[in-house]
Amino acid sequence: MKKIEAIIKPFKLDDVKDALNELGIKGMTISEVKGYGRQKGHTEIYRGAEYVVDFIPKIKIEIVVPAEQVDLIVDKIRNAANTDKIGDGKIFVLPVERVVRVRTGEENRDAV
Amino acid sequence: MELNTGDTAFMLIATALVMLMTPGLALFYGGLVRSKNVLSTTMQSFLCLGIVSILWVVYGYSLSFGPDVGSVIGNLDFAFLQNVSWEKGTGRTIPDMLFCAFQLMFAIITPALITGAFAERMKFPAYLLFTSLWVSLVYFPVCHWVWGGGWLAQMGALDFAGGTVIHLNSGVAALVCAIVIGKRKGWGKEAMHPHNVPMTVLGAGILWFGWFGFNAGSALSAGPIAALALMTTQLATGAGALTWVFAEWKIQGKPTTLGAASGAVAGLVAITPACGYVTPACAIAIGGVAGVLCYLGVIMKGKLGYDDALDVVAVHGLGGLWGALATGIFASVGGTGLLYGNPKQLLIQAIGAGAAIAYSAVVTFIILKVIDATVGLRVDSDGEQQGLDLVEHSEVGYSI
Repeated sequence: MKKIEAIIKPFKLDDVKDALNELGIKGMTISEVKGYGRQKGHTEIYRGAEYVVDFIPKIKIEIVVPAEQVDLIVDKIRNAANTDKIGDGKIFVLPVERVVRVRTGEENRDAV
Repeated sequence: MELNTGDTAFMLIATALVMLMTPGLALFYGGLVRSKNVLSTTMQSFLCLGIVSILWVVYGYSLSFGPDVGSVIGNLDFAFLQNVSWEKGTGRTIPDMLFCAFQLMFAIITPALITGAFAERMKFPAYLLFTSLWVSLVYFPVCHWVWGGGWLAQMGALDFAGGTVIHLNSGVAALVCAIVIGKRKGWGKEAMHPHNVPMTVLGAGILWFGWFGFNAGSALSAGPIAALALMTTQLATGAGALTWVFAEWKIQGKPTTLGAASGAVAGLVAITPACGYVTPACAIAIGGVAGVLCYLGVIMKGKLGYDDALDVVAVHGLGGLWGALATGIFASVGGTGLLYGNPKQLLIQAIGAGAAIAYSAVVTFIILKVIDATVGLRVDSDGEQQGLDLVEHSEVGYSI
């Protein structure tokens, strides 16, 4: 089992979700996060005072999938989230030791 | 005088309108601070409705509008509202009690305006003491000078709805507060931008709405001067919103919503002393100049290095000063100013403004020093970091 964490531009969330649904991925967890990489922040002005805002809002998607599907899913996410501009985000793949479904106690492959 | 039901009905409504300005100010200020201080800032405006109401009844109205003592203060004939009738109007067509209630709303919002200068760092007990002492020692006397038959009234100073008494007075006090209490922790290094601009714009809208009661109501009768004051108020405010936005657009490259809201308040402040004395065309000029002037004042703050957190000095102090002088320049209804052949009026206005500045600055300074030496003005550094909502009030504005 692997966990895929994808950090993407917020307005790309629907595209990524639809692409994952097409692959039969039945659930996901998202959170609103802030961060920065190569993309620069922006300037805000309040009553004449300028503030440089470094941390930019992003969406983090977390899904856990069988290891053999990872490459396909990563490609799908990349295609869906890509705008060819800096700031499109990152995808991380991590190993997962064990998965348990709370209601039934099913484990691993049966539980995702 | 015989009571007039039309005037009385109008003034009942005007009084309620002015009351609404203080919660409006609470929203205006609340949106401008960081979210960890939204409640303490709201509280500092809102609670003036309680503190000042009580003081007003006990001795405030009497000191402000009681029979004159030496042209500087009223006596205690009206303490606890004795001799203040709800059945008679003394020299007015509305009950004395209603005039007292109308004036109370002015006394409430004035110390609330100052709270913007020390927002995000003053202890709650210090705020309670400051508000009580400041209205007692600064507001009541200055109000008496201008409106209660004191020396500025005798000299012929024009202040239709409180440019000097309310805005210049609170603006100067705000400057002293900002300097004495010191900068907020991290000022100039950390971002301290407003946490809720829509809330501030809503507050500005409520202020604008309530200000019709403030300015038109200051005519004290439902007549032609109230109509004039209402129209000049609208025009100056619209002009102020526009010129602030254009000024910042020109200087900093972007027209901002907060600029529009701030410019509207600047226009309101500036037209306040003039609203019943000037023509609509002059009102546009007064409000238009105020928008640019107050914006420049805000920019100057950074260069001068004092942390007037919510820009009370630039908007109310500078706007109030401009309004007081502008009244001496543009007055043509019920008084004449410089442009209408009476340069002396401008001088009288300047003397009035100068007296308010000097008196307010000195007494505010003494009040702050006394509070600092007794209960202390400022929360400690950790408390400031955590936010006043939590450390002073044990609550938070937003929970998810």
